[in-house]
Amino acid sequence: MIRLEKRPTPSRAWALSTPIIAVILTMIAGGAMFATLGQDPFETIRIIFWDPLFHERFASFSRPQLLVKAGPLILIAIGLSLGFRAGIWNIGAEGQYIVGAIAGAAFGLAFYPSESPLIFPGMVIAGLIGGTLWAMIPALLKVFANTNEILVSLLLVYVAEAMLASAATGWLRNPEGQGFPGSRNLARHAGTDNPELFAGTGMHWGVLAAFVAVIAAYVLFQRHVLGYQIKLAGQAPRAARFSGVNPGRLIILCLGVSGALAGAAGLFEVSGPAGQITIDFNSGYGFTAIIVAFLGRLNPIGILFAGLLMALTYIGGELAQLLLQVPAPAIQAFQGMLLFFLLALDVLSNYRVRIGRERAA
Amino acid sequence: MIIDPVTLIVALITISTPVLLAALGELVVEKAGVLNLGVEGMMIMGAVCGFIVANLTGSPTLAFLAGMAGAAALSAVFAILTQFLMSNQVATGLALTLFGLGLAALLGVGYEGQPIPDVAKPLPEMLRTIPVIGPILLSHDLVTYIAIFAVFAIWYVLKHTRLGLVIRAVGESHDAAHALGYKVIRIRFAAILFGGAMAGLGGAFLSVVYVENWVQGMTAGAGWIALALVVFAAWKPGRVLFGAWLFGGIAALQLRLQAAEIGVPVALLDASPYLVTIIVLVIMSSDRARTALNAPAALGKTFHATG
Repeated sequence: MIRLEKRPTPSRAWALSTPIIAVILTMIAGGAMFATLGQDPFETIRIIFWDPLFHERFASFSRPQLLVKAGPLILIAIGLSLGFRAGIWNIGAEGQYIVGAIAGAAFGLAFYPSESPLIFPGMVIAGLIGGTLWAMIPALLKVFANTNEILVSLLLVYVAEAMLASAATGWLRNPEGQGFPGSRNLARHAGTDNPELFAGTGMHWGVLAAFVAVIAAYVLFQRHVLGYQIKLAGQAPRAARFSGVNPGRLIILCLGVSGALAGAAGLFEVSGPAGQITIDFNSGYGFTAIIVAFLGRLNPIGILFAGLLMALTYIGGELAQLLLQVPAPAIQAFQGMLLFFLLALDVLSNYRVRIGRERAA
Repeated sequence: MIIDPVTLIVALITISTPVLLAALGELVVEKAGVLNLGVEGMMIMGAVCGFIVANLTGSPTLAFLAGMAGAAALSAVFAILTQFLMSNQVATGLALTLFGLGLAALLGVGYEGQPIPDVAKPLPEMLRTIPVIGPILLSHDLVTYIAIFAVFAIWYVLKHTRLGLVIRAVGESHDAAHALGYKVIRIRFAAILFGGAMAGLGGAFLSVVYVENWVQGMTAGAGWIALALVVFAAWKPGRVLFGAWLFGGIAALQLRLQAAEIGVPVALLDASPYLVTIIVLVIMSSDRARTALNAPAALGKTFHATG
């Protein structure tokens, strides 16, 4: 007879080791999935996790991609982790990411063809504001109308996608683009571009921003009273209220920060790696960042590693697609699987497994 | 420009069927005290499984059953995680959606545009061609009638039967229900599977009957709208039907307005079903006291039996 006994406080040792175990279990289950797809499981796993970094032919291309893909994931996940810790569920980061990108790109394109060095900072600010405003919709509705922020933030993703389609095919379309959808290329125009800062590293302003966000979040949770309030609100909402934490203010703050960071991530992406506003420039980073946040245990340093790992699965997935014709969606299922294993293993950090009958106290 | 009200109503009822089924399933799940945010993932699993089986066997009945089974299997993962391993329901539900979208896309590779059989209408043509009443009331698919029947069945079971009382007891206070000897985990597990099967039937209807094709990500937020409908309906089946028709009406109307090119921006029309859902949600939830009264008290809380 197996029983579970609640631990007074979650086990730190398990909390640290479960993400690693989850990754290993995902590799095993993912290997089985690839085997049913008719692939050699060992080869596929090696291509996803090893070859992007160490393969002599592909690594020179894939290694910089690691930072390119991890940057937006980490930036968004750091923002989400604030809310998730406080029990505020912003799951519409994808929408905030899109709106931030549109706002930033629109700002940059409004001054086209100027090459002033002030334009890019302005675009970043516009991206931050765009993402924040989009996140303020669920935040204000939650505070003033008691509306579920999960549903509103998610539904707004579809609204943002409709807006993106109209921007790409209408009001932001490249006037010299022969009628093709998509804006002017921001990355190929001095003044609006988000260039690689050190050649061959993939490091762009967005990656730098992600690192800054990690450090800022670390300081916030370790040293600042606000970080303490966020944690308190998540673990003991009643106690938080008695100690003077204003729940409404916390909701606006958490959603605002995560919206701002997601918006900035969108702007950095659209002015750098993606290059232009197109109907589908957004590649689901806003959703994958949810996995990153949980995989990193909502801890800034953890999110840094989780972001890099998730970026690796993206690049490895593309490599597997190229070399083995593994269908593209397989990697999405793989990432979802990882989150499942992680959540399943959480039981080990929150409960003690006891074998045998309960003894009478 | 004239929009024919009869065809609009017919389209509205068809479009609302998938969300109605999914929302009814989720209503039962939430009444049992479980918040499953994976409706979107379960619906798309239903859509892909239904479509594949329709293509392979040519039997719509098997297709619907496959859709239900596929989505219920996915919901079983959620049930195991949240009920036995006591994982966070919000996070697990999100994982279910992300995983379901990926897995469905993977299963559906190569099936886009493949032929599937036509689904025969249950009532004879003589009845279906009666003016006005025929198309509106008698021309629908069997699944649509099942969905509307399910509104009454679920209302009756929840309100007037012992089973319904047990489900509601588990959802209001799992500790009290446990103390009375009810198997909280088992009841919740069954409710989750039921919710999965309903979402799967909705998804299969979407791919096999309404769109008659498999397209990656084809549910396009229908699962989230179903979740919103449950809140909007204050956990009452009759209001879920009303909400689903409202959503279906907007969706059907905006498609017609797009075709008519009356100058309203396409983006606004595309976004209108989601915007209307948000607006309705705001109106319904702004009355704090009433929302708190209707929501199952143990919704989203993890049950761990001690002793």
